[in-house]
Amino acid sequence: MKHIISALVENKPGVLAHVAGMFAARAFNIDSLVVGRTEEPQLSRMTIVVIGDDRVVEQVRKQLARIVPVVKVQDFVGQPVVARDLMLISISAPPEKRAEIFSLIEIFRGKVVDIGPKTLMLEISGPESKIEAFINVCRPYGIKSLARTGTIAMPRQARVEP
Amino acid sequence: MKSPSAAPADSAGQSAVKTGAQIIVDELIAQGVDTMFGYTGGVVLPLFDRLYDAPINFIVPRHEQGGCHMADAYARASGKVGVVVATSGPGACNLVTGLANAMMDSVPLVALTGQVRTELIGNDAFQEADTTGITRPVTKYNCIVKDVRDLARTIREAFYIASTGRPGPVLIDVPVDVAVTGHTVEGPVKMSLPGYRIRTKGHARQISTAARAINKSDRPVLYVGGGVIAANASEELRALAETAHLPVTMTLLGLGSYDQTRAESLDMLGMHGSAYANYAVQECDLLIAVGARFDDRVTGKVTTFAPNARIVHIDIDPASISKNVGVDIPVVGDAKIILTELAKQTEYRQRKEWFDKIAEWKEKFPFRYEQKSPGIKPQYVISEIWRQTAGDAIITTGVGQNQMWAAQFYKFNRPRQLISSGGLGTMGFGLPAAIGAQIARPDEMVIDIDGDHSFNMTMTELATAVEHKLPIKVCILNNGYMGMVRQWQELFYGKRYSKSYLKNPDYAVLARALGAVGLTVDKKEDVSKGVEKMLAEKKPCVVDFRIDREENVWPMVPAGKSISEMDGLDILESMG
Repeated sequence: MKHIISALVENKPGVLAHVAGMFAARAFNIDSLVVGRTEEPQLSRMTIVVIGDDRVVEQVRKQLARIVPVVKVQDFVGQPVVARDLMLISISAPPEKRAEIFSLIEIFRGKVVDIGPKTLMLEISGPESKIEAFINVCRPYGIKSLARTGTIAMPRQARVEP
Repeated sequence: MKSPSAAPADSAGQSAVKTGAQIIVDELIAQGVDTMFGYTGGVVLPLFDRLYDAPINFIVPRHEQGGCHMADAYARASGKVGVVVATSGPGACNLVTGLANAMMDSVPLVALTGQVRTELIGNDAFQEADTTGITRPVTKYNCIVKDVRDLARTIREAFYIASTGRPGPVLIDVPVDVAVTGHTVEGPVKMSLPGYRIRTKGHARQISTAARAINKSDRPVLYVGGGVIAANASEELRALAETAHLPVTMTLLGLGSYDQTRAESLDMLGMHGSAYANYAVQECDLLIAVGARFDDRVTGKVTTFAPNARIVHIDIDPASISKNVGVDIPVVGDAKIILTELAKQTEYRQRKEWFDKIAEWKEKFPFRYEQKSPGIKPQYVISEIWRQTAGDAIITTGVGQNQMWAAQFYKFNRPRQLISSGGLGTMGFGLPAAIGAQIARPDEMVIDIDGDHSFNMTMTELATAVEHKLPIKVCILNNGYMGMVRQWQELFYGKRYSKSYLKNPDYAVLARALGAVGLTVDKKEDVSKGVEKMLAEKKPCVVDFRIDREENVWPMVPAGKSISEMDGLDILESMG
């Protein structure tokens, strides 16, 4: 089962190495890991997606909490969350195909962020499944290169998606 | 350089310009450090200069690994934090085994390492190693201090982290330029550890659930690990075992937490534990684990461990709970507090049937050895040491057969009496451990029960013992083999003794060359006298006991078997 774990960590050198090292040493698999600053300069947030049974993930959570510079750990499993990935994708886009591509971007609520003579760079964000779907849609045009973040997530207050 | 050492040693926290090195020394003294272990080198010269006239007893080992084990055993014997220093690069790398050893056995240790100048870091400078990178998995916490303003706080935090919660080693890496930079420490040093919280009290409802389970249980067993010793909770353990009338079995590291001469003691459990402990665990209806971590050497086949029991697990480390074995009643907190609380909420029950059954197992399967054999049995040597020291000596061990025989045949009566490398199983631990323990406990008899090949690994430290006139005793159970490896090769590899024996030196001559006393005992009738001579010696003394070469440790739970499926019980019975 997929678990999204959110860890608030001290913004110090070595913390990422410590967290990544712990995962490797204890043979836990990381599906994705995203680190970024928070509103407080001394804290960063790591969002880690782990796939495993509940017992394994419970150990992951405990082992994370045990790392001294890790301040707080939450496992969002079973909670309504907003989970988003961000992707930049460059695809080949000859002039005759562009209208078609623009309408696809519209449907996926993406953006064109760079236009080249033969390519377009697109930005798209959303749940992982949407990103995957968009990649599939782009394939026939020819994907030149692709970069995506892992998942970031936050628990939802409202029960209904706006 | 103008020396700031004119400032009194207790000036930590007062405003005077000090170098980083002086800040370190002042902060160590403020932490109550009076004994340290370590080895000098290029980038720690500023620190060693400040240690030159500091009121700290400083022991220099012959190798940093030895120094780290000494600090480890010093901590285990004294209950204080052990401190070890090493230089950058090879010095720091040589600490790794010692740190891993302390990590596995939850020993409070602070390691200080020198590092190359800040601007050289990452340039493959002379004697540079990524010390924090290398030691991260083998420390509870580590960091590099690149700003002298963080130094005092970081050292204070290191001691706090090392000694609280589940104890462990903490390493602080200090580049040489930080050690020589001047800084004015103003005001009190404040720790900043937002991510470090310890639950000590234990959840009240969980405790009462555990107490009810104990009161209801017909066949309970207390399973006690090193955590009880770390928590200084032996008195509370005894009180609970007495109040609620519970049999007690201990892990290797738990030995000494409960007086083994008492009737409720089931001695050690696990792979080479007593048959009566293993049977009791497999048949109990309630297993109360305290400060133990369900190590594979204890549980055997984990899916069939204590199959009929509900499990209570008391531990300060939440991550230990349900890590290997699912737990029914977890209680996170300090063993001392929780055991006290449990004793209040539990009542005495006779449990006659259960104790009768245990007595039967004890009667039928005691630890035994062949007394009629013409050769020297290692168990006999240990029994003699136990008898002649009235069970009162501090015992350190190597790793392997020597360690298991010591655990089986020396009956420990108080905490911190057995100092052994449990989790990591570090051969060579025994001798430096004896040195560290003797320094912590100068008035007690300290004996290293060692194997020949374990001793070979760190025997250079005998010179350290001689230099410091430590009256440690080293009892080498010399079978000319890596005995435990040989035993496995005998049992599981068709007696193909692949690379498990080396040519040993004459240990008595070697000991004398290093300035210690050296004796050889190769006849059974000389064992008692040999032990007597060893115990009477005021200098470090090595006795080379030439034991039966192919003696095995029994009983033995083969890998992958349940702990009630012990080999060798027939052999033990035939000796009865």
